[in-house]
Amino acid sequence: MGFFSKLKEGLTKTSQNFVEKIETLVTGRKHIDEELYEELEEILIQADVGVNTSMELVEAVRKKVRERKVEDPAELKDILQEEISAILDEGKSPLNLIEGLTVIVVVGVNGVGKTTTIGKLANWLKEEGRKVLLAAGDTFRAAAIDQLEIWSNRAGVEVIKHNEGADPAAVAYDAVQAAKARKVDCLIVDTAGRLHTKTNLMEELKKVKRVIERELPGAPHEVLLVLDATTGQNAVSQAKLFGEAAGVTGIALTKLDGTAKGGVVISIKRELNVPVKFIGVGEGMDDLREFDSRDFAQALFG
Amino acid sequence: MALFEGLADRLQNAFKKLKGKGKLDESDVSEAMREVRMALLEADVNFKVVKDFVNKVKEKSIGKEVLESLTPGQQVIKIVNDELTELMGGAQAKINLAPKPPTVVMLVGLQGAGKTTTVGKLANLLRKQGRRPLLVAGDIYRPAAIKQLEVLGRQLDIPVFAMGDKQSPVDIAKGALESAQSKGLDLVIIDTAGRLHINEELMDELKNIKAAVNPHEILLVVDAMTGQDAVTVADSFNKELEIDGVILTKLDGDTRGGAALSVKAVTGKPIKFAGMGEKLDALEPFHPDRMASRILGMGDVLSLIEKAQANIDQEQAEKLQKKLRTADFNLEDFLDQMQQMKKLGPLEQILGMIPGLGGKKLKELKDQIDEKEMAHIEAIIKSMTTEERRNPEIIKGSRRKRIAQGSGTKVQDVNKLLKQFEQTREMFKQFAGMEKKMKKGGGLKLPFFK
Ligand SMILES: Nc1nc2c(ncn2[C@@H]2O[C@H](COP(=O)(O)OP(=O)(O)O)[C@@H](O)[C@H]2O)c(=O)[nH]1
Ligand SMILES: [Mg+2]
Repeated sequence: MGFFSKLKEGLTKTSQNFVEKIETLVTGRKHIDEELYEELEEILIQADVGVNTSMELVEAVRKKVRERKVEDPAELKDILQEEISAILDEGKSPLNLIEGLTVIVVVGVNGVGKTTTIGKLANWLKEEGRKVLLAAGDTFRAAAIDQLEIWSNRAGVEVIKHNEGADPAAVAYDAVQAAKARKVDCLIVDTAGRLHTKTNLMEELKKVKRVIERELPGAPHEVLLVLDATTGQNAVSQAKLFGEAAGVTGIALTKLDGTAKGGVVISIKRELNVPVKFIGVGEGMDDLREFDSRDFAQALFG
Repeated sequence: MALFEGLADRLQNAFKKLKGKGKLDESDVSEAMREVRMALLEADVNFKVVKDFVNKVKEKSIGKEVLESLTPGQQVIKIVNDELTELMGGAQAKINLAPKPPTVVMLVGLQGAGKTTTVGKLANLLRKQGRRPLLVAGDIYRPAAIKQLEVLGRQLDIPVFAMGDKQSPVDIAKGALESAQSKGLDLVIIDTAGRLHINEELMDELKNIKAAVNPHEILLVVDAMTGQDAVTVADSFNKELEIDGVILTKLDGDTRGGAALSVKAVTGKPIKFAGMGEKLDALEPFHPDRMASRILGMGDVLSLIEKAQANIDQEQAEKLQKKLRTADFNLEDFLDQMQQMKKLGPLEQILGMIPGLGGKKLKELKDQIDEKEMAHIEAIIKSMTTEERRNPEIIKGSRRKRIAQGSGTKVQDVNKLLKQFEQTREMFKQFAGMEKKMKKGGGLKLPFFK
């Protein structure tokens, strides 16, 4: 198995973190050459930015280098970061919190971290002084309701639930009524994980959204798509199809505490104009951060 | 994902310049490999894996003879696919069974990969094969993970061993083993908490479970949608635990699933099962060949190539054979066949269906195929109206002239084709009698033979 051993050898080399990599990339060189651009592209691809977007980003850097007559390789990193945060919007995209009741629906494929993110978000909103209510809309997965209940206890908020197997639209209906009656500021609706390609399940999601719209005009105010940072290019398809079915307004990018970079959100922003709003950096209640494009770009390149 | 749809076309394009069918030369192959590289990267195959793979395939392709039934582009696709299939390994949907029961299986992986559901599915599958499983709730961290497994056990009517979330997973595993032994259960499947490969404490926990219960099978559960990081994850789990195999989950979506290749390449361990849905019976044996074409995103092209190589699609063959027998075979079918032939050359199969035309004779005939004449014939038939193609009898003088003009051929060419076609059809009509004729060496003269 010469192929495997060769590959392993190579992988040990590439498993250095990005900071190291970019440092060796730029410090070991006197001038900017073709090889340097190629390595830049490699780093982007390995951060799941995707081959097309990576090539275009490098092309943009090349252009800037020409325009500004840059000669120092160390400046490449800054230019690239500039390009990336330009795509991702400068600064933050805050949650759309309105006066009165804000409804947030959380969607995504199985296991990305929806329920956990809801727990963290509930905690975060509560600490900001808002009254939060959760809706246990995942009536499908075994013990999903219990899981959300445990999170609601941790965050100290209430939860509206039906039994396992119940119609999630009915849960959403009850939750909106309860939120109105209890003068809640934020209602967060959990949903069952579903693959974006399953049309019947996407129809179910549309129905949940329709019920919320009908019971509270203007709602939901946010539809958050939870994406696992470990996911590759399929995330674009997820964002597209969840967007079509549920009108996604923002992304929560989870599991950034691992070694994955989640670079695919750059393509998603570019192609679908959906901003990242939060990142998840662990399984604890406080492991939620507002997304910052500068920090994100920096984390990609040290 | 228009890129994938375009890969086959772009490969064909890359080979347009290559005239005739000779050997694949370096520049053609390099151009094709650029497209292959893009496709693999878009499919989430790890960058490093792609690089090594492309280099290897390139080496193998240069100087390779193009098979007669394939275009150069298809030839490269075939090499790529063969290599990919080989790299994916053979089908291995087997669990190492303990010489002395119970067999202990442990599932490990990142958070959200699908371990708990897979524990249920695997138990369900193996129970069908006569095993008596016990499920072990070893995820004491994620809220309600134990409850989740208990619910699954109830749905499947399979016992679940749990000790709450206050005991260590090592003790739980040990307890489960004892419980299985005392109850006479011969399969223990341990669920473990999802963890990051860089979390030393939790990776140590897995090592401790391994040391305590000596699993016969440690399976890494990997989400099929995983991106570039799949190699890092798989490599770490494998180094720490020496896994025995991989289960790929969520393959029922639209992901290209390049992670499968990455994981296989970096660990060398077989992918044994694939999760194909949320239902508890949606666990299937993993098919390396199907995965290869899925990653390439050229399933259709590949199956065409396969057909060209093996045998023509059964249904199609039957349809054609019926047509041949009833002499219902018209110029439209003729054109269809020719176009197909151009793509993949199933003439051999068509001829192969004719009784008495086997082996050596077939090869001889095949060697006589005249490409130029085929192009002529195609042009002529394409200049006919649908009516004319269906009823060649109506093609008289003025029509022949028009067709010749339209196809840039001479009226004589049109005449010749129609005559040859008529002869062919006549022969097909006398299908049964043909065998004898052939044996006597009477020439079967299809119009596109020299
Ligand atoms: N390391 C890490 N794990 C996470 C993060 N967010 C969620 N998880 C874990 O991912 C797994 C799946 O989360 P869950 O909320 O049940 O996903 P859901 O199916 O989308 O609701 C759980 O084990 C979570 O603890 C994160 O930001 N970092
Ligand atoms: Mg959930």
